[in-house]
Amino acid sequence: MSKSLNRREFLKRGSALLAAGSLPLSLVEVAFGKNSPENFTFAYVSDSHITHVKGKEFVRNWDRGLIRAIAETNLLDPRPDFVFYGGDIAQLGKREEIDHGLEILSALRGDVHYVMGEHDYYLDLGDYWRKQLGPDHYSFDHKGVHFVVLNSILTFDEWTHDKWPSAEERMHQMARLDNPQGSPFMVGQAQRDWLKKDLDKISKDTPLVVLSHSPLQKIYKGWNFWTDDAEQVQALLKPFNKVSVLYGHVHQIQYNQIGNISFNSAMATAWPWPYPASYKQAASYMPKLTVDMNRANPFFERDATGWQFINTHTGNVDVHYLLPDNTNRVVAYDRKAGHPVDSEYQAAEDRIPPQTHY
Amino acid sequence: MKLPGQWLTAAAFLAVGASVSAAPLGLPPVPVPADNPQTPAKIKLGDRLFHDKRFSADGKVSCSTCHDKTKAFTDHLPVSKGFNGLTGTRNAPTVINSAYMKTLFWDGREPDLEGQSKQPPVNPVEGGLHDHKPILKTIRGDREYTAAFSEVFDVAPEAISMDHVAKAIASFERTVVSGDSPFDRYQYGGDKTALSEAQVRGLELYRNKARCVSCHTIEATQAIFTDNRFHNIGIGFKKIRGQEEQTAEEFVRSKRAGADVDKTVLTNANVSELGRFAVTENPTQVGAFKTSTLRNIAVTQPYMHDGSLKTLADVVDFYNNGGRLKETDPLSAFQSGGIRPLHLTDQEKQDLVAFLESLTSPQFKPQAGK
Repeated sequence: MSKSLNRREFLKRGSALLAAGSLPLSLVEVAFGKNSPENFTFAYVSDSHITHVKGKEFVRNWDRGLIRAIAETNLLDPRPDFVFYGGDIAQLGKREEIDHGLEILSALRGDVHYVMGEHDYYLDLGDYWRKQLGPDHYSFDHKGVHFVVLNSILTFDEWTHDKWPSAEERMHQMARLDNPQGSPFMVGQAQRDWLKKDLDKISKDTPLVVLSHSPLQKIYKGWNFWTDDAEQVQALLKPFNKVSVLYGHVHQIQYNQIGNISFNSAMATAWPWPYPASYKQAASYMPKLTVDMNRANPFFERDATGWQFINTHTGNVDVHYLLPDNTNRVVAYDRKAGHPVDSEYQAAEDRIPPQTHY
Repeated sequence: MKLPGQWLTAAAFLAVGASVSAAPLGLPPVPVPADNPQTPAKIKLGDRLFHDKRFSADGKVSCSTCHDKTKAFTDHLPVSKGFNGLTGTRNAPTVINSAYMKTLFWDGREPDLEGQSKQPPVNPVEGGLHDHKPILKTIRGDREYTAAFSEVFDVAPEAISMDHVAKAIASFERTVVSGDSPFDRYQYGGDKTALSEAQVRGLELYRNKARCVSCHTIEATQAIFTDNRFHNIGIGFKKIRGQEEQTAEEFVRSKRAGADVDKTVLTNANVSELGRFAVTENPTQVGAFKTSTLRNIAVTQPYMHDGSLKTLADVVDFYNNGGRLKETDPLSAFQSGGIRPLHLTDQEKQDLVAFLESLTSPQFKPQAGK
């Protein structure tokens, strides 16, 4: 904050933070849910990557990230109707990691709906996760909105079942970035059939909110910011008037609009990823609307991590990013523009250019 | 009220209407707002106002009660004592070098010195006045004051306002700057003998292993020893542990219903621990307090926003254990990601304390025999 900041700006900035941090009921005005006069918010926490070291020891940094996100989520006023956990509770799919993560997550106030991440899956193909948390794809209705959760991190059967000498090796391979031995994520035929049947029952003017771990769009294959059958899934969502896809996995803020579908990512509670463009000096197909994330201060382990709460009052989603040691941001669907708009970095001249590596 | 020589030197550099002034070794020029230029008459007026005890309910509390120049502009109490001996919730920060602060109070609830000085006289546990009227009445009935305000602000007695009072006090406070410590002479003055060997080792730790410099900044040509940001380092949370949600919710609701932040944080011990959150309502700032300067830290004990740490050795232990006095103490869920165990040896801890003792300016060095 510069010394020239006058009192009015100072107070105004305070209230802008207020709007991003907590949401007075008076702001929730426009009813949109079909057959429902109510508006609602939900919280969205993702990518904690709880990592077992040995015995009862876990990586402190990732524990602290999840603990902090939960403590902050519990402060939301008004209370969110429920919480989504966006996947990757664990780092290497171990029972110790899932148990420890769920123990920390048990401090959350309210119901939690879980999404499967690849780090939860590729050790035992999701057995322990499903035993603890139930099915990895499901749908439910809430106040006029139809929610769908998909397991988008599956891949070819051959890669999963025939390629690796051990489950641990399979997990390690899938955990790597830029891995020539890796394999692209996909929702798969069986789940797409299930999704089609599920959506057949829903009228086209019902707002849809779809959660997946990987983006249901193609951004960068080398890091699996990618779902191989994204177009086929998008085709099933196309007939609906209002569709929002929320995904984790990327550990950074992304947003995009493809036809009727708005895309918004979640921050990780563990660590930030740089944008792939800054890593690979080649076309990365980042969504055009996305503003590059500024660089994290490595001293503050929580910088460039965070969590989000989501306001559904416009009929599409407004994603409020809560970013410790940084500036909170809101990416809200703009009805006039027809796509999500970033509240913090709209003007090109205000943007921080991405890093370039040589 | 006579200014000690060191400040007079600093004050003498102040040119009328200038936006900056020359500063002691190790400090940048003092930033001065365009609408409140420094003048010798205004500084003198501010000095008198700063020490005037009549601006309180019992006539015994002035700014200098808690910001006493003989105690390096603090009160050496854990939390400050106001009128009728009432205590608040927070430790009085030193006025020295507050001119460089980008926000004032531990939670930064005021943007500048002008805004800051208006609050304590009307806080129920500080000055204890209901409003500012008695202050203006006293000033208007004091011929020395009316003459001074007329000279400084060109106002008739009945036109003197709290804005004038606050501007004069802020101008005085902008002269309370001090650098020229052994560290400054070593770092910026080229005197490599100014620090002892232990202090030099402590500086190295300060910059690296002990992770101090990331918040208590030292720059290439100057050091104000604060990043002017807010961090939850783990102090005080035990007081509201398990009650954070309830405390935050009740506070936010009462604030929306019109409750005054200044009064609430100083009179409600639990709300006080919400720190910066009480100002911004940003959930990422629960328990976050402003990074204090470390200049003259060896003479401004006790430490932290609640004055809960008595010695610099305690402070170093606290950080060494990752934001707690004992390794077995619980951690706040809201703690900053910059705080983590440091694994310092006993020798390293002593060196660090020795370095912190090198940050005292000559005019605040305890006199022999004291």
